[in-house]
Amino acid sequence: MPPGRKVTTMDTDSRKVFFFTGEKKVIPSIGKKREKGKIVASLEEAFRLADVRDGMTISFHHHLRDGDLVVNMALDVLAKMGIRDLVLAPSALFPVHERLLRHVRSGVIRSIEGSVNGPVGRAASEGLFSSPVILRSHGGRVRAMQAGELRVDVAVLAAPAADAMGNLSGISGPSACGSLGYAFTDAQYADRVIAVTDNLVSYPAVPFSIPQTLVDWVVPVESIGVPEKIVSGTLRVTRDPLRLIIAEHVAKVVEESGLFTDGFSMQAGAGGISLAASAFIRERMKAAGIRGSFISGGITGQSVEMLEEGLFESLLDVQSFDLEAVASLASNRGHAEMSASFYANTASKGCAVDMLDVAVLGATQVDMDFNVNVNTESDGVLLHGIGGHMDTAAGAAMTVIVTPLFRGRMPMIVDSVLTVTTPGETVDVVVTERGVAVNPRRKDLLENLRGKGIPLMEIGDLKKTAEEFTGIPKTPSFGDNVIGIVEYRDGTIIDTIRQRI
Amino acid sequence: MKAKRLRRTSLYIPGTNPGMLANASVYGADSIILDLEDGVPVPEKDAARILVRNALKSVPYRGAEVTVRVNALSTPFGRDDFREIIPLAPDAIRLPKCESADDVREADALMTEIELNSGVEAGTVGIIAITESARGGRNLSEIAAASPRVIALNYGAEDYTADIGAVRTKEGRELDDIRAKVIVAARIAGVQALDSVFGDVNDMEGLYAEALRVRLLGFDGKSVIHPRQIPVVHRAFTPSEQEIGFARRVMAAFREASSRGAGVIALDGRMIDAPVVARAEKILALAEAAGCLPGER
Repeated sequence: MPPGRKVTTMDTDSRKVFFFTGEKKVIPSIGKKREKGKIVASLEEAFRLADVRDGMTISFHHHLRDGDLVVNMALDVLAKMGIRDLVLAPSALFPVHERLLRHVRSGVIRSIEGSVNGPVGRAASEGLFSSPVILRSHGGRVRAMQAGELRVDVAVLAAPAADAMGNLSGISGPSACGSLGYAFTDAQYADRVIAVTDNLVSYPAVPFSIPQTLVDWVVPVESIGVPEKIVSGTLRVTRDPLRLIIAEHVAKVVEESGLFTDGFSMQAGAGGISLAASAFIRERMKAAGIRGSFISGGITGQSVEMLEEGLFESLLDVQSFDLEAVASLASNRGHAEMSASFYANTASKGCAVDMLDVAVLGATQVDMDFNVNVNTESDGVLLHGIGGHMDTAAGAAMTVIVTPLFRGRMPMIVDSVLTVTTPGETVDVVVTERGVAVNPRRKDLLENLRGKGIPLMEIGDLKKTAEEFTGIPKTPSFGDNVIGIVEYRDGTIIDTIRQRI
Repeated sequence: MKAKRLRRTSLYIPGTNPGMLANASVYGADSIILDLEDGVPVPEKDAARILVRNALKSVPYRGAEVTVRVNALSTPFGRDDFREIIPLAPDAIRLPKCESADDVREADALMTEIELNSGVEAGTVGIIAITESARGGRNLSEIAAASPRVIALNYGAEDYTADIGAVRTKEGRELDDIRAKVIVAARIAGVQALDSVFGDVNDMEGLYAEALRVRLLGFDGKSVIHPRQIPVVHRAFTPSEQEIGFARRVMAAFREASSRGAGVIALDGRMIDAPVVARAEKILALAEAAGCLPGER
């Protein structure tokens, strides 16, 4: 007995009472318990049990992407219950969530701490919120919860499959989304956890991603998502020749980087250029007989094929982008689900991004110091979340930013980005269709890439080339009202986004 | 030298698409063709002419040769095309439907007139003559010799085979005769021979086989209709190691003989004639363009 520990004797009543149901241990009750478990009839009841009050912080995950029905559903219920002044802490919001703007106007929602994609970001840019949106990376969001800077009172977790005890999985059901990587954080750190499912399976829901030990209530509903908007069909490699040229340059840069050896690891998203770059890297790996270690991040059918071809040993999956990825997570031994913390949390005891050789990432703007903006468009409007951009850039041995030199009439290489999302110190190469710029800090890389048929240019010359086509457009003017705060992955504020005038 | 520049690939860009016009030179084609002719529907001829004119004025095309396929002077659009395009001095025009030397002479005269009126040195803009009929095929030699502006001969496979009543096939035997005529006429005139397009943009193996075949026949390059075709054709136009090795030895023997002032060049006990030296030069140029000769030359 450790010193100071108080001895409490168990009373006889509690010995007879079994678990939370309060029922006695008799033969038929076990089956009933498995069936009833933590199920409550409605979200409203769950919110009452969770004692939701004005001013609380409610969180959601975004694995159902633009097919999500749960965020809107939950907020409609909370509004009906007369709850006000909520802080919304989603891992990300999508265009489908435009509907929640009315709850902002009516005072149900006070502010947002989380990524915003599309209409909610636009509304924030127009000054709809009284306090700024706090934007965090995937890793940064975990760190903030861990540090108690983002305290979640209630997490509402959409679950493509759940049993009555709250074991949750993403790999089956009509709204299957594969990995539940981002939801681990909410399950772990929220005071109360409500699972919402349209696919109640018999106990135990094996294999589960989120265990029953973290879930308070399970709410069955008609539908949690629109399948075709959750995962795409097979993502095809782009046929856009311009994007293919950029992808070809990326593959060449990777090949000559000095990192292209056995054990090679990479992360490339599901965007057009990234997919094509992966396809070209795949060809080069085959040609050179290179066997890589892992692909991390968002996983696609293409990553699955590379695993199955033996080009990579494993996939570390924080979110699954297509049906093939979902199916593979359920069946492939080398395909592992990882939490957001495992993926990108710098305050954890070790995250996957630090193990990466190559990260291929997008941008809405890049500047002379290699700073990257992914949050605001050239017109200064907040339209995108951070994702894992700044985490991956910081971790990877070589961070490659891909962008066309101009989009429409706007140059993508500018003097100063409107918003610094990812600092130039963590960016190594910028690849465009007309030239490739290496960060002068990376003399080692520059040495490796020289004389290899890669169109190397100074970043300043890339900017000039863009301006030959577009001229130098006027930058938008901003007032004093801060509508967004960009938090770096360590919790420091790297930039603010102001309202345009 | 304009006539000798590398033209392994000539990429067609429809004159109606501003985005494609702006990006025409980024795909790595040796030559780009801003198209006003068959790639542009009749109701859009004027719009395309304006777009191509503005592209020539403002787009900084780097690396690639810039050419414009104008409409033939026998059409209602030809003269207007010349008036808008020639003053901007593209490297060359691609002159379609060349039937005889007169077609080339007529274009040459009009080009000279426009060049002089717009402050461009006369003779600046070259002509790549395109033959698309039996008659044009017969007259290729006089077409090639009709003007010093002519830098290359090309033919239109679809129109030509239709004109002679042949059926287009994948193997392309129906083109044997016109290909032979183009090569022979081009060699007599000392200009380049350029092959027509390969229509199936999804068949990369077929494209490679055809491109290799025409290179071995003597063609200097091939037109392409999609950027994806460019690296494939460039690969086909990359000489083999044996070819490069032999060419190097020919050039070494040539330089050695020249330095001695010897008129006769011998290699491995065999005489080397001027055409063999010319071919060796061409192979080394192709090899260099393909990056096979790092650090040389």
